[in-house]
Amino acid sequence: MNGLNRSLQRIGAIVFKELRQLTRDRPTFGMIVMVPLIQLLLFGFAINTNVRDLPVGVVDLSHTQVARALIADLQATQVVRFSETYQTPKLGEDAIRRGQVHAVLVIPEDFGQRLQDNRPIAQWLIDGSDTMVSNALLALQQMPFASGFEAQTAVRKNTFETALFFNPERRSAVNIVPGLVAIVLTMTMVMFTSAALVRERERGNLELLITTPVHSSEIMIGKIVPYIFVGLIQMGIILGLGHLIFDVPINGRLDQLVLGVFSFISASLTLGLLISTIAKTQLQAMQLTVFLLIPSILLSGFMFPYEGMPDAAQWIAEALPATHFIRMVRAIVLRGATLDDLWPDLLWLIGFTIIGVLAAATRFKKRLD
Amino acid sequence: MTEFDPASNSGEWAIETVGLTRRFGDFVAVNKLDLRIPPKTIYGFLGPNGCGKSTSMRLITGLLTPSEGSVRVLGMEIPAQAEQLRRRLGYMTQKFSLYEDLTVQENLRFMAQIYNLDKHRSKQLIDQQLSRYQLNERKQRLAGALSGGQRQRLALAAATLHQPELLILDEPTSAVDPENRRDFWEKLFDLCDAGTSILVSTHYMDEAERCHGIAIMEAGVKRADGPPAQLMRDLGASVVEVDGDNLRLLKQQLSELPEIVSTAQQGTHLRVLIKEEINEPETWLRTTHPELVAQRQIHQVRPSLEDVFVHCTGGENGSARQ
Repeated sequence: MNGLNRSLQRIGAIVFKELRQLTRDRPTFGMIVMVPLIQLLLFGFAINTNVRDLPVGVVDLSHTQVARALIADLQATQVVRFSETYQTPKLGEDAIRRGQVHAVLVIPEDFGQRLQDNRPIAQWLIDGSDTMVSNALLALQQMPFASGFEAQTAVRKNTFETALFFNPERRSAVNIVPGLVAIVLTMTMVMFTSAALVRERERGNLELLITTPVHSSEIMIGKIVPYIFVGLIQMGIILGLGHLIFDVPINGRLDQLVLGVFSFISASLTLGLLISTIAKTQLQAMQLTVFLLIPSILLSGFMFPYEGMPDAAQWIAEALPATHFIRMVRAIVLRGATLDDLWPDLLWLIGFTIIGVLAAATRFKKRLD
Repeated sequence: MTEFDPASNSGEWAIETVGLTRRFGDFVAVNKLDLRIPPKTIYGFLGPNGCGKSTSMRLITGLLTPSEGSVRVLGMEIPAQAEQLRRRLGYMTQKFSLYEDLTVQENLRFMAQIYNLDKHRSKQLIDQQLSRYQLNERKQRLAGALSGGQRQRLALAAATLHQPELLILDEPTSAVDPENRRDFWEKLFDLCDAGTSILVSTHYMDEAERCHGIAIMEAGVKRADGPPAQLMRDLGASVVEVDGDNLRLLKQQLSELPEIVSTAQQGTHLRVLIKEEINEPETWLRTTHPELVAQRQIHQVRPSLEDVFVHCTGGENGSARQ
């Protein structure tokens, strides 16, 4: 019994020491409260598996009042939002490839006749790469529609014909594998660099380094470059195995892919560097990395369609490099898009990198005060 | 060896500070420090931990910005010209700060590249440093696997690889055994002889005594400076050694006398610092406090640097710590 008491006293001493240290590590203590709080609010509101307001386009070859009524009916379902109009189906397909819209409704010239004949009245051209998006659009297939001019109540089997592009079998792996490149790279790239500077500071290397002629920006760039190659190797592994095992098509050009990945790796490494100028210990760097990683997984469009999220969540998602890269990598790998089509995302990643490196170099002064 | 005589220095000082002050919030780490350190000498900062030695060194290298006062190093205004100083400066931190997961040779190569030494020359310099600092046989060893003394030599080899004119060493020997410390100081004298100016901080008296000149610091203030021999000669107190039994009690009793600056037991005797006004300390002790020193032997001895240090720092407790 005496032995047990002594043991309890020793455990108690360690418990209280641990708690005392925890309350003195302000950032860690903050994370204990902030992580559940912010993540709960963010994801409670943001995650929505019901897809709404998908941006779609229309090619209206019939130019009739009834066609416009059809569009109004579709919009009223709140599943889609007609944001673009194209002159020809070909232009519509290009817009899907670019990622401008998820689908295009083609209303044929003989729209009126089809309505009379109880045939499908129009065709959806659908980007099948995201199965959650394509499922939502396919659900519209049997939407009842009556113009009021039919001879008898329409008993149409399908209101629309559908053409699923890029992933006709609707396999999830096709969408998940390219997105996984973004998640794995966010995880490893941010983690490597966020710990890099902090580690040198903890080990005392930095105090020596800052008395040498090396510039802060040189330290920053030197810390980033090796990991770019690490990132490219990781991308190769994921897409290579994805192609071999899960039969994920690689429709885009390799140079475009490498260039896109390169811009994302740079942005992620920069993010890590920024963290390492803020964090004081490796533990803090790790916590901040996780803090960023979770929204990168959940808000970036990797798991849930971007369009299903409320505006505020979309703004947060836009700030994350992963969101831009997921758009790019899916477009390039699955839809064969080129960077010309994706310049806003590319520009954002490059801008993020440049501003981030400058900010990190400024924050990291070669001074101790 | 250069005789340390600041007055005779006609050219530029290696380091000159005027009214150098650094505050961290309300805390004054360095207070109105005036220094004039001649080139090609070894100058020591002697003081207890937290007395402002490291802060002064960081101010001198430009790692910290002074709150007040000015710093000139090798003729350059610091911190404005700190970047230019970096090429001419070697710096050794208190903690081993090379990469423990690189080998001895890799660490030296890394430093050579950071200082932009050209390839052929850096190979030569690295070989030279490896043999000068007896690291040749361990050049493939990871720095983390070296002993304290070997690490010390590696750090010095790296700090002097680019042949700096000024070498700043922040408590370089605090983790090294006495034999390695001796060797280390021999190396410093070699460097000094070759023309390097060296500023070193220490809390070891024997090391401070080796310097050409020292500044004794306490609580951010310079208490005294000059060549150690001169400081010992000019000590404003006499030193006597008293032996006998019950030294702890005697120490307590003597400490209460206003004429006594300090007392410290050293083995079988008590070392007593007595104020300068007392002309003949032994006679004074025997006549004014016979009850304390009866049956005891008393010798007047030559002051040591520790006596100087104690006199400068601990002696006038009230006024010393403001």
